[in-house]
Amino acid sequence: MKIKIGVLLLALLSGCDDSAPVQKGFAGLGDSAVAFTPVVPGRPFSFPADHGVHEGFRIEWWYVTANLKDAQGRDFGVQWTLFRSALNAAPQASGWRNQTIWLGHAAVTSASVHHAAERYARGGVGQAGVQAAPFEAWIDDWQFSTQASAAEPLANLQLKARDRRFSYALRLTSNRPLVLQGEQGFSQKSEQGQASYYYSQPFFQARGELEIDGQRYTVSGPAWLDREWSSQPLTANQTGWDWFSLHLDNGEQLMLYRMRHKNGAPYLTGTWIDVQGRAQTLHAGEISLVPLDTANVSGRSMPVRWAIKIPGKQLDVITQSLNPNAWMDLRIPYWEGPVRLSGNQGGTGYLEMTGY
Amino acid sequence: MIFRQALKALLSHWRQHPVQFFSVLTGLWLATSLLTGVQALNSQARDSYARASQLIGGEPQASLTAPGGGTFPQQWFVDLRRQGWPVSPVLQARVLLKGHEDQRLQLMGIDPVSLPPGAALAGQAREMTEVVEFFTEPGRTWVAPQTLQALGLMEGDQPRTIDGRPLPPLHVQVDMAPGVMLMDIGFAQAVLGLPDQLSRLLLPATFSAVLPEAFNDRLQFKRADEENNLSRLTESFHLNLDALGVLSFVVGLFIVHAAIGLALEQRRSLLRTLRACGVSARVLVASLAIELGGLALLGGIAGVLSGYWLASLLLPDVAASLRGLYGAEVAGHLNLSIAWWLSGVGLSLLGALLAGADSLLRAARLPLLALANPQAWHQAHGRWLRRQRWVATVAALIGASALVWGDSLASGFVLMTALLLGAALALPVLLSSVLTWLLRRSRSVLGQWFIADCRQQLPALSLALMALLLALAANIGAGSMTAGFRQTFSNWLEQRLTAELYISPQTPAQAEELYVWLKQQPTISAVVPLWQVSIPLRGWPTDVHGIIDHPHYRQHWPLLESDGDKPWEQLASADTLMLSEQLARRLNVSIGDQLTLSTPQGPWALRIVGIYADYGNPKGHVLVNADHLLAHWPQLTPNRFNLRIEPPAIPALLTALQGRFSLDDSRIVDQARLKGWSTQVFERTFAATAALNSLTLAVAGVALFISLLTQSQSRLGQLAPLWALGVTRRQLMLLNLGQTWLLALLTLVLALPLGIALAWCLDAVINVQAFGWRLPLRVFPLQLAQLLALAMLATLLASAWPLYALYRAQPADLLRTFAHED
Repeated sequence: MKIKIGVLLLALLSGCDDSAPVQKGFAGLGDSAVAFTPVVPGRPFSFPADHGVHEGFRIEWWYVTANLKDAQGRDFGVQWTLFRSALNAAPQASGWRNQTIWLGHAAVTSASVHHAAERYARGGVGQAGVQAAPFEAWIDDWQFSTQASAAEPLANLQLKARDRRFSYALRLTSNRPLVLQGEQGFSQKSEQGQASYYYSQPFFQARGELEIDGQRYTVSGPAWLDREWSSQPLTANQTGWDWFSLHLDNGEQLMLYRMRHKNGAPYLTGTWIDVQGRAQTLHAGEISLVPLDTANVSGRSMPVRWAIKIPGKQLDVITQSLNPNAWMDLRIPYWEGPVRLSGNQGGTGYLEMTGY
Repeated sequence: MIFRQALKALLSHWRQHPVQFFSVLTGLWLATSLLTGVQALNSQARDSYARASQLIGGEPQASLTAPGGGTFPQQWFVDLRRQGWPVSPVLQARVLLKGHEDQRLQLMGIDPVSLPPGAALAGQAREMTEVVEFFTEPGRTWVAPQTLQALGLMEGDQPRTIDGRPLPPLHVQVDMAPGVMLMDIGFAQAVLGLPDQLSRLLLPATFSAVLPEAFNDRLQFKRADEENNLSRLTESFHLNLDALGVLSFVVGLFIVHAAIGLALEQRRSLLRTLRACGVSARVLVASLAIELGGLALLGGIAGVLSGYWLASLLLPDVAASLRGLYGAEVAGHLNLSIAWWLSGVGLSLLGALLAGADSLLRAARLPLLALANPQAWHQAHGRWLRRQRWVATVAALIGASALVWGDSLASGFVLMTALLLGAALALPVLLSSVLTWLLRRSRSVLGQWFIADCRQQLPALSLALMALLLALAANIGAGSMTAGFRQTFSNWLEQRLTAELYISPQTPAQAEELYVWLKQQPTISAVVPLWQVSIPLRGWPTDVHGIIDHPHYRQHWPLLESDGDKPWEQLASADTLMLSEQLARRLNVSIGDQLTLSTPQGPWALRIVGIYADYGNPKGHVLVNADHLLAHWPQLTPNRFNLRIEPPAIPALLTALQGRFSLDDSRIVDQARLKGWSTQVFERTFAATAALNSLTLAVAGVALFISLLTQSQSRLGQLAPLWALGVTRRQLMLLNLGQTWLLALLTLVLALPLGIALAWCLDAVINVQAFGWRLPLRVFPLQLAQLLALAMLATLLASAWPLYALYRAQPADLLRTFAHED
């Protein structure tokens, strides 16, 4: 759930931050008259096609986080994201005329180190892309690809990324169904109706190798996939975003986010996923999300400790960042890193904070 | 108060002697203007190189290219990217625009998105918005403002190539390299008609890894410094310009020195009076220094202004020769920083200080009570001559040791400087002894007076004569070198350019097809294919050419040195190579030595069997047998075909060729065009040199004129007694002219051997060190005679006005000199 990043990417491409939906297109492009496909409720999902690219939609991402441990019990976090940003809504041509920008983000985090990297590519020539079957998402040598049968492409996947100071290669497996977020995959982002299509696989088990600054670790732990696409960026009023994906020790999963506004209360929502993978939308009244302590990260004050209460699910926990300096110092900068839970439930998860 | 009065008194001198005032100014002006002009040219060129090398990524990049230098499939870019190589594609080619066929332009296509994040493009990091506009229809063609101006186009225009393909709208970018049109790779492929083809992959300069095996002999890695060798290749060219500039600076300072020295001598009594009035030596020296500084400031400003003008006048020629010789693009409009202007004025101040230090010292040491002694000059001159003889000897020794032990361009220039300086300093000594010898042989009274008076004039004129000697010698030297080079070069071109047509295929795939097709043409009597690999050879950029064993080479490829009498047979059969003269010198190898080339298959050791001339090529040039080359680079395809064909059959062949293959005009070159280009490059290269050279002669003429003029005012005292004894003014004038001519003629006679020695230095030392080729020394008597006549004419012109003034001198003026004698 990285809608803010997607929006920032759009801003980066269009040069106007916090813009209302940019429909004017670029440089007097004739195709700009073609409108992007709107996000409406009640769209049926169809797999494996929906693992692939959704042409006609402006932004889309494939996003994986993993909370890993090595044999000595040391904690690590891994992030892998591929964004697609279409500059126009027309069917994309092959070759350099293609008007898609692909952006990859990858990071590793330990208690003492956080390394982040990014890759940019244009669509149409093969440097980056996503194909639905057999499923493969890639940018340069970063790769997220299926190793399983065509019927269950997400049962077994390979996840790879590499940069100067880190690399990882993980095997992701799962035998649970996908979780459609919001109303059957229609996920509302504001009272005004901004929305996206959104599904997840929160039940991955990851295992593999991780290398940080020349040190190799054999690691395993839970991982989470988010898939989301939309055409409608956020409203100008929305300033930032705090988002949680949590693996509870009892096997339940929790997704939670808070959209902050320039004026007025934040928009708060979430999904409770039980052990069988059944999802239940949580509304603002059912959630209490409070920042506790802030830390100075890259010259900003960031809330790195949070209290989460969901009385209806008897959840009362505090999240603590594994490494408060999990700043993604990239062209679009933000905070993203693994967290640990304490309170009446243990667990791990990921926190993403933007707009600070 | 005292200070102001002293300064006023000193400055009043210039009011009475405006000619001296202008001679100091002229000296400073000339010295500064030539040197700053040359510096402006050099800094402009270096700035252009820097822009070109930093166009993408803000720093010189490493790159991957096909060994043969041709294009390769775009898929390789994707494949390497997917193996983690941070490569970014480039397609670069020359392009001709319709209606602007005379402009040489480089079209460069890039993918701004796959460049390292934050990499600068044409001088600055770009916002993503700008990047998107760059690659979104209709796109952008980035050009430097100078290039747009040179093309006479406006922003937003969409010029067409000669094939009729439109470019994306032009858009000015201040930091673009001149002569380059930068656009998105997608548009570049369309404009050039090379879909899915690339010519280069850029890599961050710091990146290093082993090339994946699949690409081993398809692509080769070039380090950043190998890629960016323009400044290295052009180094000697700029050093030569610098040397010319320094020479003019020195000549200019001679004038300043002479004029200031004279002014001091003439103000001796004034200085003494001032000292007697109680002005301290310190105040006096300070006043003189301020006076000098003011003059230097005026001269400097004038010099920098005319230096700018001079540079803008010469820039087109310099730019053209840099383009022709090195393929370096230099902006055709001067763009100079504040620092350049300030340093120009600073140079003038420094020069004035150098030239006037001696006078200031003498003023400080001026004995208060000693009377002005007319003989003091002569005594001083005697001492000065002795000192000069010593300095000249030392200079000669330095020159000799630079010749014997020196082995660099710098030592070459030391040799030249020592030669010129030694000769210049020895000139008054030589002239003085020649005159003394003549004096002893002279019988007539007037003859004795003539020679003795000549010797008397020597101190005042010697600096101007030295300037004349230097300028003339430089002209003779550079003139002989240029003319000799022209002859050697055109003979060599005549021998080497024997094929009627030269054809370069556009892509490797086309090369194979073209080869087969060409061999089938009945009108072509011989097809000589050529394979080429560009590699660094011990760090120097080198083109290795694979050639077939063909009688063509035996007949038309003259060798300077060879191993035995069958070098071409050896080249065909064994692991042997031939290399260009300049490469052999640079690598310090000779016939029989081994050279090792690094190939994708590992090191390849070859024996040298021949050395040939390759004038004008800054890169290394190597010939090997094609079969051997292809054994080491199996992926190579021919990059050129030399065709022997009867000239009448050429048009038909061209029509057939154009119909069968898509080849733009730049890929088919006929012999006449190639010869035309080469000669044009040559002529323009020396145009700037020739212009600067004639300027030095002009400077020397001015120096002589000023010296004669200043001297003529004090000459009345010597001439009046002769007039009183009955020599007419007309006779006096002729005698005077005769004296000046005698001195000038003696100087010119001495300039001849010096000029020829200089020509030898240029041919056998400077050319070898700077470019790597040695030229035979040739003397062109007609050219020498012309130069001598020119110098005599300059002397005549320089002496005309002072003599005319003498001729017009009223008897009263002549009489008054007696009245003034004390």
